[in-house]
Amino acid sequence: MASVQLERVSKRFGSTHVIDEVSLSIDHGEFVVFVGPSGCGKSTLLRLIAGLESISDGDLMIGDKRVNELSPQERGVGMVFQSYALYPHMSVYENMAFGLKLGKASSESVAERVKETARILQLEALLERKPKALSGGQRQRVAMGRAIAREPDILLFDEPLSNLDASLRVQMRNEIARLHGRLGSTIVYVTHDQVEAMTLADKIVVLNKGHIEQVGSPRTLYERPASKFVASFIGSPSMNFLEGTCRSTDARETRVELKALGEVVLPYGVDSNAVGSPITLGIRPEHLTPVQATGSDAFEVINVEYLGNECCVYVDSDAEQFLTCRVEADTSIARNDTVSLRIDTAQAHLFDEHGQALVRAQDSA
Amino acid sequence: MTLTHLKRAVLKLGFWLMVITLVVYATFPFYYAVVTSLKPSSEMFKVGYWIDSVDWSNYVAVLSQKAFVQSIANSVIVALSVVAIALLLGLTAAYALGRVRFKGRTRVMMLVLGVSMFPQVAVLSGLFEVIRVLDLYNSPGGLILSYTIFTLPFTVWVLTTFMRQLPDELEEAAIMDGASPWVTLTKVFMPLLWPAMATTGLLAFIAAWNEFLFALTFTLTDSERTVPVAIALISGGSQYELPWGPIMAASVIVTVPLVILVLIFQRRIVSGLTAGAVKG
Ligand SMILES: Nc1ncnc2c1ncn2[C@@H]1O[C@H](COP(=O)(O)OP(=O)(O)OP(=O)(O)O)[C@@H](O)[C@H]1O
Ligand SMILES: [Mg+2]
Repeated sequence: MASVQLERVSKRFGSTHVIDEVSLSIDHGEFVVFVGPSGCGKSTLLRLIAGLESISDGDLMIGDKRVNELSPQERGVGMVFQSYALYPHMSVYENMAFGLKLGKASSESVAERVKETARILQLEALLERKPKALSGGQRQRVAMGRAIAREPDILLFDEPLSNLDASLRVQMRNEIARLHGRLGSTIVYVTHDQVEAMTLADKIVVLNKGHIEQVGSPRTLYERPASKFVASFIGSPSMNFLEGTCRSTDARETRVELKALGEVVLPYGVDSNAVGSPITLGIRPEHLTPVQATGSDAFEVINVEYLGNECCVYVDSDAEQFLTCRVEADTSIARNDTVSLRIDTAQAHLFDEHGQALVRAQDSA
Repeated sequence: MTLTHLKRAVLKLGFWLMVITLVVYATFPFYYAVVTSLKPSSEMFKVGYWIDSVDWSNYVAVLSQKAFVQSIANSVIVALSVVAIALLLGLTAAYALGRVRFKGRTRVMMLVLGVSMFPQVAVLSGLFEVIRVLDLYNSPGGLILSYTIFTLPFTVWVLTTFMRQLPDELEEAAIMDGASPWVTLTKVFMPLLWPAMATTGLLAFIAAWNEFLFALTFTLTDSERTVPVAIALISGGSQYELPWGPIMAASVIVTVPLVILVLIFQRRIVSGLTAGAVKG
C-alpha cells in the first residue's frame, strides 16, 4: 500500500520557513495536485516527499512506515523533472534501464521491463535514439518512462508539461491521466496551471506561503472555496470581488450592502456574527451577467474579448479592479456601452474581513 | 569601386601575411630541428633550409643508446601515471567542490588556486626532503608525486568549473534512480566531462613529459631518467663537441607523440558538452 501521510512537516532553509507544519494525507492510488503561486513551496514539498531534501521537522509516512531517513529509492518513489534531466550520453533504452540495472535486476528482466514501459508510452521505435534526437514531447515521455520503469508505488511530477507547447500539453495531459488509470499508482503532481490541476486531480492541494490553504476535490475548490485566496486562485478568468457590509442574516437569506451594486439578497444564511461587519462578495465571471442599462446604476464596458465560444466583458466599477463577465459569444454588448449587472445570488460567495469564507448555514448543518 | 576592391585586396594580403608570420614564428624552431636531424654529421654546420637528402644516421645513433630508449619508457610511465592520478583525484575533488554544499568551499578553491602559484624552485628543497623521507629518490614514484602536486590544482579548478555547469536535476535524477555518488560520478558525470578531462589530461601529460628541473634533481642514474634530462645529457666524443645531430633527432622523437596526441584529442576538446541534457 502506498498511501502518503505528512504530519506537521516543516522545512527550513537557514532561518526561512519554506514549509510550515503541513499535514496532509494521500490515499493509495490517488492523484493529488499541488497548486499555488510561484515560490509558495510546491517543489520543496514534492522534494521532501521524494527524499531530495531533508525534513526539518515532522513525520513523513509511506504506507505505515516512517521514511524520513530513507533514500528516494528505499521509499519507492519515482520522479519526473521539469527539465526532464535525461542522461544525454545514453540512449532512450539506457536511460530507462539505468535505474533497473542499479537495482540489480537480471538483464532479461531489465530488457523486459524497458520493453513493456516503452510499449505503454509508445517509445518502441525510439529506443536507440539519444535524447538530443528527440522532440520535446518524446523527451517528456522518456522522462516518464524512466520514472515508471522501476514500478515505484508513488510517482512525483514537478511541472512536467511546462516546457511543451499548448496542443502537446493537452495531449500529454491525457496521456498522464491514462497512465494513472493503467498503473494505479499514487501520483503527486505539481503545477501552476490550474487547468491541469482541475482536469487531472482527484484531490487538489492549494498552497500559499508554505502552508495549506485548502484541500479538496476540484469541484469543492471551485464551488466552495475556503478562502478568498483559493477563490481567486482557482478559475479563469478569476473571480470578481466586491466590497460591502453584511446587513442581516437568518436561516434562509442574507442581506448585504455592496458599495458598487447596492443591496443584494443571497438565498442562504451565514454565521450571525458577521452582521454589521465588512465582507467581500465573490462572484465568478459566468455568474455575473451584464444587461443593457435601463436604470441609473449603469457601468461602462471597457472592453469585450471575443474568444470564439464565449465573450469576456470587462466592466468599469468603483472597485479597484474592473469586473469580468462571461457571456454568450453572440452578445450584443459592445465597448463603451453602459450596462447594469445581475448577480446569480445562489452562486455568490461571502468572505469575512480576514479573507475566510463564511460557511453557508445549509453546508454546516 | 576599384578603390574598395583594392582596399579589400590589401586587407586580405595583410591578413595572410600575419598568418604566415605567426606560423613561421611558431613552427620554425621545430622545423629546423627536423631538418638538422636528417643531415649527416659532416653537413651539420652548413646552413640549409630545405631537406634535400634524408639521412637516418642520427636517429639510428640515438635509438641504439639503451639509456635513451629506457628514458622514453620512463617518461611514458611517469606521464601516464600523472594523468591517471591527476584525473582520478581531480574528478573526485571536483565532485566535492562543485556539487556538495559545505562551509568554506570557496576558501578551499582559493587555496587550491594559491598553491598552484608557487614557482617550482621555491618548493624544490622541501620537496626533495619529502621524497627522501618517502624513499622515492631516484625512482619514477618521486617524479609522479611531484608532478601530480603541480598538476592537480589546475585539474581540480578546471574540472570543478565544468562540473558546476552540469544541471542539478541530472544529479537528482541519478539519485532517484538509486545511484550512489560514485556511480553518479562515473556513469553520469564522467561521460559528460570527457572534453574537460581530455583537455586537462592532455595538459598534464605535456607538463609531465617536458618537465626538466624536478627530473634532473630527483633522479640520479641513467636508468631512471626521463627524456628531457636524457636529451640534455647526450654527450659527444669529447667535452668540446656537442652532438647536435643526435640531440635534434632525439628532440623530434619526443615531440612527435605530443603532436599526435593533440591532433587526436582536439576534436574531443572542442566537441559539445551537454547537448540534449535539458529542455526541448
Ligand atoms: N536551497 C534553497 N535555499 C534557500 N531557499 C530555498 C531553497 N530552495 C527553495 N528555496 C525557497 O523556498 C521557497 C519555495 O521554493 P519552491 O521551489 O518550493 O517554490 P515553488 O512553489 O516550486 O515555485 P515555482 O512555481 O516558481 O516553481 C522559495 O521562496 C525559494 O526561494
Ligand atoms: Mg517549482
